[in-house]
Amino acid sequence: MAQRIAVPRETAAGEKRVATVPEVVEKLIKLGFRVAVQSGAGDAANFSDDAYRAAGAEIVSDPWDADIIFKVRAPGADEVGRMREGQVLVAFVWPAQNPELMQSLASRKVTVLAIDSLPRTLSRAQKMDALTSMAGVSGYRAVIEAANAFGRFFSGQVTAAGKVPPAKVFVAGAGVAGLAAIGTAVGLGAIVRANDTRAEVADQVKSLGGEFVRVDYEEEGSGGGGYAKVMSEGFQKAQREMYAKQAREVDIIITTALIPGKPAPKLITAEMVKSMKPGSVIVDMAGEQGGNCELTEPGQAVVRHGVTIIGYTDLASRLAKQSSTLYANNLFRLAEELCKKKDGVVDVNMEDEAIRGLTVIKEGKITWPPPPPKVAAPAAKPAAKPIPAPKGHGAASEPASARSIAIVFLIGAVLFWFMGAYAPAAFIGHFTVFVLACFVGYMVIWNVTPALHTPLMSVTNAISSIIAIGALVQVAPPIGDGIARPAGWIIGLAVLSIALVAINMFGGFAVTQRMLQMFRK
Amino acid sequence: MSATLSTVAYVGATILFILSLGGLSNPETSRRGNLYGMIGMTIAVLATVLGPQVTKGGYAWIVGALAVGAVIGIFAARTVKMTQMPELVALMHSLVGLAAVLIGYANYIDPAATGHLQGAEKTIHELEIYVGVLIGAITFSGSLIAFGKLSAKIGGKPMLLPARHWLNLAGLLVVLYCGYWFIHSATLDEGMKPLAIMTLIALLFGVHMVMAIGGADMPVVVSMLNSYSGWAAAATGFMLSNDLLIVTGALVGSSGAILSYIMCRAMNRNFLSVIAGGFGTEGGKPAAAGGAQAAGEVTPISATETAELLRNASSVIIVPGYGMAVAQAQHTVFEITTFLRQKGVSVRFGIHPVAGRMPGHMNVLLAEAKVPYDIVLEMDEINADFPNTDVAMVIGANDIVNPAAQEDPASPIAGMPVLEVWKAKTSIVMKRSMASGYAGVDNPLFYKDNNRMLFGDAKKMLDEVLVALKA
Repeated sequence: MAQRIAVPRETAAGEKRVATVPEVVEKLIKLGFRVAVQSGAGDAANFSDDAYRAAGAEIVSDPWDADIIFKVRAPGADEVGRMREGQVLVAFVWPAQNPELMQSLASRKVTVLAIDSLPRTLSRAQKMDALTSMAGVSGYRAVIEAANAFGRFFSGQVTAAGKVPPAKVFVAGAGVAGLAAIGTAVGLGAIVRANDTRAEVADQVKSLGGEFVRVDYEEEGSGGGGYAKVMSEGFQKAQREMYAKQAREVDIIITTALIPGKPAPKLITAEMVKSMKPGSVIVDMAGEQGGNCELTEPGQAVVRHGVTIIGYTDLASRLAKQSSTLYANNLFRLAEELCKKKDGVVDVNMEDEAIRGLTVIKEGKITWPPPPPKVAAPAAKPAAKPIPAPKGHGAASEPASARSIAIVFLIGAVLFWFMGAYAPAAFIGHFTVFVLACFVGYMVIWNVTPALHTPLMSVTNAISSIIAIGALVQVAPPIGDGIARPAGWIIGLAVLSIALVAINMFGGFAVTQRMLQMFRK
Repeated sequence: MSATLSTVAYVGATILFILSLGGLSNPETSRRGNLYGMIGMTIAVLATVLGPQVTKGGYAWIVGALAVGAVIGIFAARTVKMTQMPELVALMHSLVGLAAVLIGYANYIDPAATGHLQGAEKTIHELEIYVGVLIGAITFSGSLIAFGKLSAKIGGKPMLLPARHWLNLAGLLVVLYCGYWFIHSATLDEGMKPLAIMTLIALLFGVHMVMAIGGADMPVVVSMLNSYSGWAAAATGFMLSNDLLIVTGALVGSSGAILSYIMCRAMNRNFLSVIAGGFGTEGGKPAAAGGAQAAGEVTPISATETAELLRNASSVIIVPGYGMAVAQAQHTVFEITTFLRQKGVSVRFGIHPVAGRMPGHMNVLLAEAKVPYDIVLEMDEINADFPNTDVAMVIGANDIVNPAAQEDPASPIAGMPVLEVWKAKTSIVMKRSMASGYAGVDNPLFYKDNNRMLFGDAKKMLDEVLVALKA
């Protein structure tokens, strides 16, 4: 019997997102599930009941009797009270921050998959990574909020009325949200700088068009699992100086610095806010964990010392249609993993590493935190020897070692001396020509474009028919008196050679010509 | 024509040959280059025939032989299919090799050429004959076997005799001994014996060498034989004291040698190991030795879905391999390319240096199908563009797109430059089955999340894709 997935309306204040969208409803039905959506669930994200109905979902007034519940936020106390034994709940749960909720869910004997507990280092899990997709949306929205509060253009322009300088944006923390913010701000035309304690993200920042600002202090900030760690005192001092300098220079600061399980680091002091130009904007994306700026008020936009400080904690929800669609897709990928047989029945397979990590309560038993992953996440840098970069065509190869060069020269010298001592003069003349011709050939051939290697082979093949001359001079040479020569044999061999080589000569040039005719722009 | 005049004509021919090879640096000038080659050859032949070394009595023979060869050669050139180019080139190399052998013999028995030589000059001359015949014979038999392998008349698998390196060494010793014997033989009849024995061994050696080399190493072999045919001509030039032959032979010889070198580097293998035998025959068990075991599921895709992906892409890179040549799919590829380009999709081709069975093989096939050469790019030119590419389509290629070469230092192909198709948003691999490539190495590309497999014959599947695109 196919199980039923239900999507309730979100009840948290200000939450506009919904856990599935009509497009994904169709896909879920293809997996074999039945889908029920609470009436009005998608209204805030601009998905009407009719749209869900058209996609094949049932519209219900009470979704809580279904087999599987898809939600965005963790259920409230009254919602937990309506759950029944054996149900499966998928939502953002944050088990570390919400021990009471965990207890009450466990007492209902349900199974809970916390989408925030996904082992993110698993490459297979990336398609289900809702934290990443929400962070991306938030990063985008943070720039939009900043642009809204900022009194100028982002892009520099030269107008009839005068020149407008581009806005300068500084992004602290280049995680998913930070990178999305960098990309968006660059797209709007701002000059974007960014910093992160993890030096390896510098290339990603640059690839998006941002400039990576380094802290003038040596320390590696990767804390495993792709997150940052707390840095040393000396580093923090150098970092503060760098932030203070940026604060004086830029118009907009977007902070995204988070350390798992710890309050957000206070990167922007009141002092720095004071030093900023009036009309500047700070968007503090770490508001939920206390904020990266000392003056942030979580959930509020406030003006302090002439600087607008935005501490909204619901940035993703403010772009509800987009974030709902992404979240719905993440959950669909999860459903695929849970229902490999495509028969509409979920199987919470605790052997599967990704699902094991997600499952925080299994049939009433709290299974969080999960045991450490079987395979350790790759170290900061793979220990493997770097594979030498392939050399480009025609690029200079590495210089040979002095010793091997010396050996080659020595052998060459001996051979040359030998030749000089014993060979007749005529031979030396030919030999000179031969050696020089090899070098000419070497120089000429390196210039041949690889696309023409086949014509090169056929034309050199045709040219090697020059060997015909050897046969030509044998057919009927002027013979001195008194020399008897087996003319029959020689003419036979020579004429056969000429015929063979002529095949090559005419055929080679003709086929080369035919090939080269085909090379057209 | 006087002797000096014909020498000057030779110098002119030499210059024309160098210009001919220089012209190939660019498709625009290449046609002119080929023309220079023809003019140079005509001048060289005329200067010889009209020069002092040929008397009137030989004209009839020469014209007759040239005419016969010309008819056969031009006929072959007209009718050959572009997919058969490697075979044709190999066959032609064998002709040059055979001619070098015949000329060497004729020169040896001709008292007019050798009678007046004494002492060191005579020794050197005989050595030149000996070397010329040796190289010619190896080129001849090796090229014939290469022809057989390329035209599938002989199986493509490497044939490895037990103790083959010892066999080769023994052959070499016999050749050296015969050389000593040959030079010290007093009469013509006595000299014929070592010459004949050596010729036989050289022929066997050529057969043995090419038999031991597998299908995908063919580009190296074909260019190596190309090089040998040049050296054979150069050796003949020494024998006849003819500078034109020496120069031209050296040009061709170094050209082939450089091509072999480029091919070897493109496979990150050294020349000796290619010649010594195929992958997985010397270096133990390749697949098992690979460090990270590629595992996971492959995601198949249908022709219709492929068409859908292509239609929605804004940039596409097609990576062709030998599979495209075998399936004769280049014309369909061209039609798909044209269709997509009309829709505004940027379509380009990425060519690995050893794709196919001959250097530049893919370029010729695509040119035959009228794909403009400015969208056909080399590996180094296009590799950096994969991250900005929506769809990378691999047609009948395997090892040249294997990420293990970069990611797995334990892999037998580690360090081989490869086309980084996995960096594209989606890659589609067209293949007949999951079998591993020539190197016998599993390809982790197939298991990547962003990779899709389109199973089936390349031509058939591409035809379906085209139909779906136009629908």
